[in-house]
Amino acid sequence: MKSPRIFVPNDATAIACGADRVAHKLEKGLSARGVTADITRNGSRGLFWLEPLIEVETEKGRVGYGPVTPGDVEELLHAGLLHGGEHPLCVGLVDEIPYLKKQTRLTFARVGIIDPLSLTDYEAHGGYRGLKRALELGPAATVEEVVESGLRGRGGAGFPTGIKWRTVAAAEADQRYIVCNADEGDSGTFADRLIMEADPFCLIEGMTIAGFAVGATRGYVYSRSEYPLSFVVMEKAIEKARAAGLLGKNILGSGHDFDLEMRMGAGAYVCGEETALLESLEGKRGLVRAKPPLPAHKGLFQKPTVINNLVSLATVPVILDKGGSFYRDFGMGRSRGTMPIQLAGNIKYGGLFETAFGISLGELVNDIGGGTASGRPVRAVQAGGPLGAYMPVSQFDTPFDYEAFAAKDALIGHGGIVVFDDTVDMAHMARFAMEFCAHESCGKCTPCRIGSTRGVETLDKVVTGEKREQNLVLLRDLCHTMKLGSLCALGGFTPYPVLSALNHFPEDFGAAPSLPAAAE
Amino acid sequence: MAVYEDWSTERAAQVIGELRHLEGATMPILHALQETFGFVPDPAVPLIAESLNLSRAEVYGVLTFYHDFRREPPGRHVVKLCAAEACQSMGGKALADYAEDKLGVAMGETSTDGAITLEPIYCLGLCACAPSALVDGQLVGRLDPQAIDEMADAFAAGKSFGDA
Ligand SMILES: Cc1cc2nc3c(=O)[nH]c(=O)nc-3n(C[C@H](O)[C@H](O)[C@H](O)COP(=O)(O)O)c2cc1C
Ligand code: SF4
Ligand code: FES
Ligand code: FES
Repeated sequence: MKSPRIFVPNDATAIACGADRVAHKLEKGLSARGVTADITRNGSRGLFWLEPLIEVETEKGRVGYGPVTPGDVEELLHAGLLHGGEHPLCVGLVDEIPYLKKQTRLTFARVGIIDPLSLTDYEAHGGYRGLKRALELGPAATVEEVVESGLRGRGGAGFPTGIKWRTVAAAEADQRYIVCNADEGDSGTFADRLIMEADPFCLIEGMTIAGFAVGATRGYVYSRSEYPLSFVVMEKAIEKARAAGLLGKNILGSGHDFDLEMRMGAGAYVCGEETALLESLEGKRGLVRAKPPLPAHKGLFQKPTVINNLVSLATVPVILDKGGSFYRDFGMGRSRGTMPIQLAGNIKYGGLFETAFGISLGELVNDIGGGTASGRPVRAVQAGGPLGAYMPVSQFDTPFDYEAFAAKDALIGHGGIVVFDDTVDMAHMARFAMEFCAHESCGKCTPCRIGSTRGVETLDKVVTGEKREQNLVLLRDLCHTMKLGSLCALGGFTPYPVLSALNHFPEDFGAAPSLPAAAE
Repeated sequence: MAVYEDWSTERAAQVIGELRHLEGATMPILHALQETFGFVPDPAVPLIAESLNLSRAEVYGVLTFYHDFRREPPGRHVVKLCAAEACQSMGGKALADYAEDKLGVAMGETSTDGAITLEPIYCLGLCACAPSALVDGQLVGRLDPQAIDEMADAFAAGKSFGDA
């Protein structure tokens, strides 16, 4: 007997939660029953609290079971897993799970559904339609399609992607480069990782389109040593794309050449900053460069370079496939399209939630995320990674939108939201922000390199009550200097988590609690 | 548990020779050397410099800039505990204290018998199943004291974590 198609995820989260052992148990259980296993290792749906989530194809659709431990497998088989049988771990039809159903998956449309390394699966689910359309449109119209979409960089700064591409396309050069920033160092983020592990061809297609649009024939993906699995999956996907003529010379008979290579960082957060990343790619220390010149004019090896976040590039195929205006019609204000929001930390339903801009922070944390994992009250969330502000529950009405967050001195960044319950010590988190800056500073400018170390010392004095008032004044002064005197956002934005913690949660710093009005 | 080769100039030259044609070859070479020998010893610096036509100071500068590169051999087991915010929100700090105690090694150090290196790492992208760790290259999520106990027992028995 042959089994129906069964899916066992193999992204880093699923594996870290035991998916390989589950798959192994499943294979053994099936063969003991004389059933030929048909197990596909899909990426992950991004519903991480359910991982490992086994899915079984049935007539009604894919039925899920999770979170499954190796010890559950025998019982599941006994309960009729192969035809979607009842069991306490059964979550029903996966596509009907509200967490998934409420999403608008454009960039992540295939994630968790397909076998990440099957080009057949990829193309059956819309893959390479974007590139084909780009080849029909020609380079200039491809750039304009991206401009039209309103896509803004998903790496943090939110710069319009199409405008960046125009600049590179217009620059005189014998060689241009496409560089994918897959350094995803922000705590609370995993969108880049999930694309690399669950839909790697989407990134390859996006970079190929970028290369075609601006006339670049070489690309690099700079990822991180903390993502060992992503690297392996990407290398395999690149190999397969090459073998299929989708990378290399004369792609799809277009006359356009494009090839790409993986590179790995080495544990330096600052190498996510675009110019430090370029230095690192060139084989140097990750020192931030002064701008101008912009990377679009003088980037990798001084050549015009498109450097984009991975999600920005992975969103390009759907924009080309469905059209810039299709994408632009999602979202609010100047935040167009969808954002893969990453719910993390102390949250009941952690995972990836792609949705149009405009949803409120409170909806994300409470309605979608289900509040804390610990069951205690939410006290704060840090949005936008280690350089993003801590936001109190009183700001939960803020819509997820670049400008609305900026108006509250907060950051969307790469879309990560880290939830903390009421046991968090905000003075400790402020200290951590300074400590992290000191640890990761590239050392080029004094306010960041020295200021962050002084910040740690000053916060220690505040907490122990040594000249608290004077030291708080000093801390604010220091933050001011860092904001104004730093070359890049590591030194320049570290004050945001520090000051937001202090302003919204003064009671943790030994001061009188803030009145709600003063917290705004 | 990773098994590394003993340092040899010939082997190092071979590793370097295989990668020197790459654009910006320094980082790939340093990674490859560390993968081969477990660390990048000082004699590697002039070898790389000569091969890539760089100064020793430049190579040394790169080697020392990045947190990942080791200039001393690691312990037989390497435990990297995530110290970033999402893992902290799930009790990562208390778990790190517990691990120091249970594994008998301070954070950032290698035990005197060379058995275990314990280090912080800043985000493994497993922030929705925190706290997390990288144990001898293996990703671990939803880490708890029991998992640390199992780790300690496995290491004491000369096994890797997760081996039955
Ligand atoms: C300290 C620091 C770290 C950064 N880390 C990342 C990162 O990990 N990934 C990323 O895409 N952008 C990161 N950025 C932003 C990049 O400098 C740059 O804005 C981005 O790669 C541009 O691509 P985009 O326009 O597609 O967002 C970082 C910036 C700073 C200052
Ligand atoms: S702010 Fe910090 S990380 Fe950025 S350039 Fe200055 S020293 Fe380097
Ligand atoms: S090293 Fe640059 S300020 Fe001294
Ligand atoms: S913060 Fe620990 S895995 Fe991301």
